[in-house]
Amino acid sequence: MKNTPYKSSSFATFLFLLFLNPFNTSAQTTIADEVNSIHGNFQIDAQYYNPDSLIGAPKVPEKMLSNAFGNINYQRGKFSAGLRYEAYNNVMQGFDPRYKGQGIVNRFVRYQDDLLDITIGHIYEQFGSGLIFRTYYEPGLLYDNALDGFRIISNPYKGITLKALTGRQRTFFSTGAGIVRGVDGEINVNELLDSAAASIKTKVILGGSFVSKYQADLDPNFNLPQNVGAYGGRLNIINEGFNFFAEYIHKENDPSADIRSVANGKTYYSYKTGEALFVSASYAMNGFSILLQGKRIDNFSFRSDRDASLQNLLINFLPATTKQHTYLMPAFNPYATQPKGEVGGMAEIQYKAKKGSLLGGKYGMDITLNISHANGLKQNGVNDSTTTMTLYRTKYTEFGTDLYSDFFIEINKKFSKKFKGTFLFARQFYNKNIVQFGSINAGYKNIHSNIGVIDLTYKYKSSSAIRFETQCLLTDNSDAKNLGSWVTGMLEWTPNSHFFLAILDQYNYGNAVSDLRLHYLYGSAGYTAGPHRISVSYGKQRAGIFCVGGVCRVVPASNGVAISITSSF
Amino acid sequence: MKKIILSTVAFALMTLSAFAGDGDKIPTATLKKLDGSKVSSTTFTNNGKPIIVSFWATWCKPCKKELDAIAENYTDWQKETGVKLIAISIDDARSSGKVVTDVKSKGWEYEVYIDENQDFKRAMNVNNVPHTFIIDGSGKIVWSHNSYSEGDETKLYENVKKVMSGEKLTH
Repeated sequence: MKNTPYKSSSFATFLFLLFLNPFNTSAQTTIADEVNSIHGNFQIDAQYYNPDSLIGAPKVPEKMLSNAFGNINYQRGKFSAGLRYEAYNNVMQGFDPRYKGQGIVNRFVRYQDDLLDITIGHIYEQFGSGLIFRTYYEPGLLYDNALDGFRIISNPYKGITLKALTGRQRTFFSTGAGIVRGVDGEINVNELLDSAAASIKTKVILGGSFVSKYQADLDPNFNLPQNVGAYGGRLNIINEGFNFFAEYIHKENDPSADIRSVANGKTYYSYKTGEALFVSASYAMNGFSILLQGKRIDNFSFRSDRDASLQNLLINFLPATTKQHTYLMPAFNPYATQPKGEVGGMAEIQYKAKKGSLLGGKYGMDITLNISHANGLKQNGVNDSTTTMTLYRTKYTEFGTDLYSDFFIEINKKFSKKFKGTFLFARQFYNKNIVQFGSINAGYKNIHSNIGVIDLTYKYKSSSAIRFETQCLLTDNSDAKNLGSWVTGMLEWTPNSHFFLAILDQYNYGNAVSDLRLHYLYGSAGYTAGPHRISVSYGKQRAGIFCVGGVCRVVPASNGVAISITSSF
Repeated sequence: MKKIILSTVAFALMTLSAFAGDGDKIPTATLKKLDGSKVSSTTFTNNGKPIIVSFWATWCKPCKKELDAIAENYTDWQKETGVKLIAISIDDARSSGKVVTDVKSKGWEYEVYIDENQDFKRAMNVNNVPHTFIIDGSGKIVWSHNSYSEGDETKLYENVKKVMSGEKLTH
């Protein structure tokens, strides 16, 4: 029984009975009634590990590790259900070892019509931009904070959407200690006013949320709040190409493992309240756009278990307002949101030089310019461990240390029908101590780097191409802890739409330690047939940080053979 | 007990597969339009002509390459077959603000929806982007393809034409 995640035999029986009765649906009137579908997908990743002390790849006792998952979703008319099975034997390097064993980790049944939408089981939901509540699943990170409970969504009147939910969150093969409850309401003013607003081009959407968590207080020394609430509102105004969005959330005092200090052998919690503000404004017209985003976060780690850490049991999602890089070198030192405190923003301009113009030439040219910056908050220490129990205070007008900045320009240019290229330059500042280790005492120097990428594609037949990519990251080569400069080269061959072959070399030529000036050579090949894809790779991978959507995980160095199979039906 | 669950699941699936064969309809999910209003995936229609549904993200390089490549031929494709492309962005709050700016500045003339919490992505069982589907004139999913390499758009269009003429599709 030890590894069986959910005592769900009654649930399975329920599903079974529902499945056995597919004819028993009511009169088929709306489009949704016609839907009768079963879909699924799966992914299997496995790697054989060779120890390599030079690059820091550890000895793996199992020699081979694998992650696998499969989803099945069924919909018949207004009814749908799904499940996901996951297996880790044992979990691959770079993931939390608490993912151990296998089992059904996600199952739900749902009924939805125009008025009501009810789900029981595992729920993925987002209120507003997610600052207050977001449960989602990202297999690449093994991130899954699904809420296991029930949710009701209702559209009682045109333009109005109400949501209510409650449950406990998934953590590994179990559920968290705390209960989460939440309500959210959204009003689309134009739809509400209907005819009166039909002629108005400006669209206004208002929303408000309240989320609360409950966790028993078992601490012998502290009177910890058992119920912690958070609430806030959002506003979205859209007028043709103009789009403005703002959301503000306030969180009641929430002493947790995220911010606490230890003095004289005793742990002191911070009873400070938290807040988060996210603002995004954009203007877009054909061939030109500008986007401005700003964010301020203070003490806003919001978890359903006050003792949880890392990426576990987070109730909300704090988007990073920096450029999300796709190439290896610009993403070498990635920024991750600092829930304890951060203020930052970015501006991005995109321009498409038209075909036939001076810049555009025969085929046009795309230019992207992005500037982003993030600062910590200045914490003014409060020496009050008796009445307010607050460890620090902050002000909107005061900024703390620089955490990250990025100047980025990318040009996409097509030279001829067969030949096109991407050229990128970035200049970055990275406060490794705080962004990566959350502490000013981690012992790293700040990293200043200049980054360049050239990516050229030559399409020699209608579905055959050769792609060559070279990148460099230039930085201080005298600092042994920070690895120094890199240069990479990649050659990729796609002879047809099914097959690819690629070879990548990442060369750490600027390492301060001459023995560590290594080549990380990595070859991969893959075959795609419709929704099925298999790839095999062999070689050395450097240690690094892998991010999706501003959530990152540290990947250790490895040397070996990896295989990945993904399929959907 | 695990055995009971698994055998139940297996049996349920066998039962199900008897009813749901090839060419299923699009599952139901709520998406966001660029003007902030909501739309259901069941309303996707193209007057009996095929629809291409393409999952993408603002941070996904191959996705944008694919949509750029299609954009160059889109007017011709529409004239020849009446096909419509629906681009589904799976961007989260961090980058969903960028969807409008990307689409406009690239000059894409697709129908674009945002799947902010990836409900539709999960319902369609998309593992990773880009993932492209062809929906036939009667609203059934008849073809899908994961990833993008140069020239894939040619194959995609060949398949759209086959759908129009009722030929059997190949991957």
